[in-house]
Amino acid sequence: MNELASVDWSRAQFALTAIYHFLFVPLTLGLSFIIAIMETLYIKTGDAHWKKITQFWMSLFAINFAIGVATGLIMEFEFGTNWANYSWFVGDIFGAPLAIEGILAFFMESTFFAVMFFGWNKVSPKFHLLSTWLVAIGSNLSAFWILVANGWMQYPVGMHFNPATARNEMENFFDVALSPVAVIKFLHTVASGYVIGALFVVGISAWFLLKKKELLFAKRSMVVGATFGLITSLFLAFSGDESAYQVTQHQPAKLAAMEGLYKGESRAGLIAFGILNPNKKLGDNEPEFLGDIEIPYMLSLLGHRHVDAFVAGLEDLVYGNPLHNIPSASERIANGKIALQALSDFREAKKMGDAPKMRENEAILQTHMKDFGYGYFEKPEQIIPPIALSFYSFHIMVSLGMWFIALFALVLFYILKRDITRYPLVLYAALWSIPLGYIAAEAGWIVAEVGRQPWAIQDLMPTHIAATHLGGGNVALSFTLFAILFTVLLIAEIKIMLRQISKGFEGGH
Amino acid sequence: MFELLSFLQLQQLWWMIVSLLAGLFVFLMFIQGGQSLLFSLPENEVEKSMLINSLGRKWELGFTTLVLFGGALFAAFPLFYATSFGGAYWVWLAILFCFIIQAVSYEYRKKENNFLGQKTYEMFLYINGSLGVILLGVALSTLFSGASFHLDENFFVQWDTNLRGLEALFIPQNYLLAFSLFFLARLSAGLYFLSNINHASLHVRIQKMLLKNTLLFLPFFLGFLAWIFLKEGFAYDTSGVVHIEAYKYLSNLLALPVVAVMILLGVVLVLVALYLGIFKANVHGIKVMGVGIVLAVMGIFLLLGFNQTAFYPSLSALQSSLTIENSSGSHYTLTAMSYVALIIPFVLAYITYAWYAMDKKDIDEAEIRDASEHHY
Ligand code: HEM
Repeated sequence: MNELASVDWSRAQFALTAIYHFLFVPLTLGLSFIIAIMETLYIKTGDAHWKKITQFWMSLFAINFAIGVATGLIMEFEFGTNWANYSWFVGDIFGAPLAIEGILAFFMESTFFAVMFFGWNKVSPKFHLLSTWLVAIGSNLSAFWILVANGWMQYPVGMHFNPATARNEMENFFDVALSPVAVIKFLHTVASGYVIGALFVVGISAWFLLKKKELLFAKRSMVVGATFGLITSLFLAFSGDESAYQVTQHQPAKLAAMEGLYKGESRAGLIAFGILNPNKKLGDNEPEFLGDIEIPYMLSLLGHRHVDAFVAGLEDLVYGNPLHNIPSASERIANGKIALQALSDFREAKKMGDAPKMRENEAILQTHMKDFGYGYFEKPEQIIPPIALSFYSFHIMVSLGMWFIALFALVLFYILKRDITRYPLVLYAALWSIPLGYIAAEAGWIVAEVGRQPWAIQDLMPTHIAATHLGGGNVALSFTLFAILFTVLLIAEIKIMLRQISKGFEGGH
Repeated sequence: MFELLSFLQLQQLWWMIVSLLAGLFVFLMFIQGGQSLLFSLPENEVEKSMLINSLGRKWELGFTTLVLFGGALFAAFPLFYATSFGGAYWVWLAILFCFIIQAVSYEYRKKENNFLGQKTYEMFLYINGSLGVILLGVALSTLFSGASFHLDENFFVQWDTNLRGLEALFIPQNYLLAFSLFFLARLSAGLYFLSNINHASLHVRIQKMLLKNTLLFLPFFLGFLAWIFLKEGFAYDTSGVVHIEAYKYLSNLLALPVVAVMILLGVVLVLVALYLGIFKANVHGIKVMGVGIVLAVMGIFLLLGFNQTAFYPSLSALQSSLTIENSSGSHYTLTAMSYVALIIPFVLAYITYAWYAMDKKDIDEAEIRDASEHHY
């Protein structure tokens, strides 16, 4: 098996495990807060109905949490198993957030999870409530640190390259942890979890109302869920807008792919809806879209906060655009090769004990460091991410984001101002929107990760260099094992979840 | 304050933290040990449920410690993380599979409509408790027996066998540690159940089990000690050149008296705990056991990494062997991480508090039969 196949299998395996993992994470993030709010209402009012409501959603939370933990374990170790080269190259930066996540967040989550579940009759109601809040805070904190790590891969900051160890070393922890990309990624991702949690609660409550069962419980849950959902879905759109701004600033090729933008323009419009032209090639005169609806000026505004601003297209990035100071990919590849050569000369000099030569090559290396990773490419076109996947995923995510805002507003209106049970259409819409939340979130990850290609770490390390040399056969086998195991567990989870839901609020736990 | 430490001191500090985590993890393996007893110890469903619920409130601690162990290695010794996980691919994946199936089993076992059936989830727990522990033992034992890899100029790992880590299963000596851990975990489990479950006839059976497993544990553990203290080790000199040295681990033991005392004291405490359990069914045995295991395991890890020893020796390219000096994170990262580690005592404190609050009352049959409580 050749190594290329091995890289592709490792990518497939990482995608598979990450997609599975992110089927469970958002619900943990969102539902934990919703439960905490419900329990707070119970403690404040002393109304036993709220306790039943809390316990019902908590029992669903536990079913989801278990499989989230199971799929999460592999994510942590997979950096080592399948991306060993990457792990060394960035371990000095990347490892720290992961360890902090363990120390700060995981223990909080798991310790108080036990209290939350088994402690109803063992600890005081106040301590129990505190534990529930700590589970929510712990799970959100753990999301923070892993997203810091991910944010760093999109926009590496706070480090320098050490030629002696051939890796990046951290220079400023706070630059890494508080990088704007990391922070906005955290906010957008946890917000997506809140929205999915809200969709889950509202959708299942709608099902009870359609069945005319558990009316009181379902209506109360719905009010909490829809309020939480409306606020968080507005925030989700706002944070998404800021994400797009960051992408434009730091990953222009990703943005261009997300928007199907081949030729850069000033006063660029945002594609609201479009069908890509499959025959379009870089540099030809074919139209980009078979059909599209564009919102004028919006892309310039989104990407640069200015209607007149120039937004770079794929052709500008590949062929260069001197007018806007954009170097061509060929130039960057040439620079990258100089950097790689300097690294190799540095090593040679080190072996010889030739200090002046080491200094000389280190200086060359540092001047060309920002193009270091380009040195691994041969053709300028290699720097383009998959366009269709990035484009459609982005547009699906954004459209769904708009729909969720409308849905929560509608539900809230009907449940507060009308008898919602008489509007089955609204209830069905809520019910069928549960899967849409998951689709939007997975699409978001596809935008972020497929859009980053061909890089594992933007401009520093291409994906094919990052992978462990494993041989395709090994990874094909482990991919298959993961696919089988996770699918079986997912089926079990869904079956258990559905049964538990159908037992209703009084059904015990 | 940590910035003032030398690079070497930071590396040693982090090796100590990793060793401590290893000790805590081995102690928490009482959860695995308990799972391996599910089919032999209880006589009926209720008893089995009592065991599972007793373990079920703690399993996440063990799991989380494993996760933290991985994270701490990544952050503090990234070259080990990259080399071993990437290189010994199949052993680590096998271990991970054993832990993935654990994570769902407590919650799903008794749930209606659970697709695989209660027996399967109990089998999962059993596999995690037996195979999972044995594989981990084999993997850890390669720190003594070595592995076949070399590092290229970019420090990228090349594994030199096609078995990708499974070759460790064919080194008989690795099973000494593997089975020591397996039986040790069952012993801690017995002591834990004594402290936590109130059930007379179960206690009698636990005492018998403890006696039997002590007799099985001792030969493996003594064999393991004999092996490491008689075997050659992998030493490096001040310029970082690695060479093979006879009786390396024994000379480490003599060179590091504090460590020797730790190991000795640890072993004595384990024996005291076993005495308390076997002959007195004492509820405090588990605490003594915990301290003993943490001390002994930590000590053994310190033998591996301190005193100019390569803790991950390469059999095929001696100079690629990993030491705490050539595999660690940078001075800056280790410093930053040390500040974060200051939180650990606080974390331990709230874990202890929550544990105490939840265990004030023993588990008994009445609780398991009470439907108003959440249980597994
Ligand atoms: C409403 C308009 C939305 C906009 C403008 C938007 C924008 C973005 C952008 C630009 C990214 C890529 C960030 C990067 O590559 O670094 C992204 C990623 C993502 N989006 Fe959205 N999004 C929206 C709605 C949603 C919705 C409704 C969900 C899910 C319920 C969602 C979930 C995600 C996730 C999980 C990611 C990956 C993590 C991240 O990079 O932040 N987004 N979004």
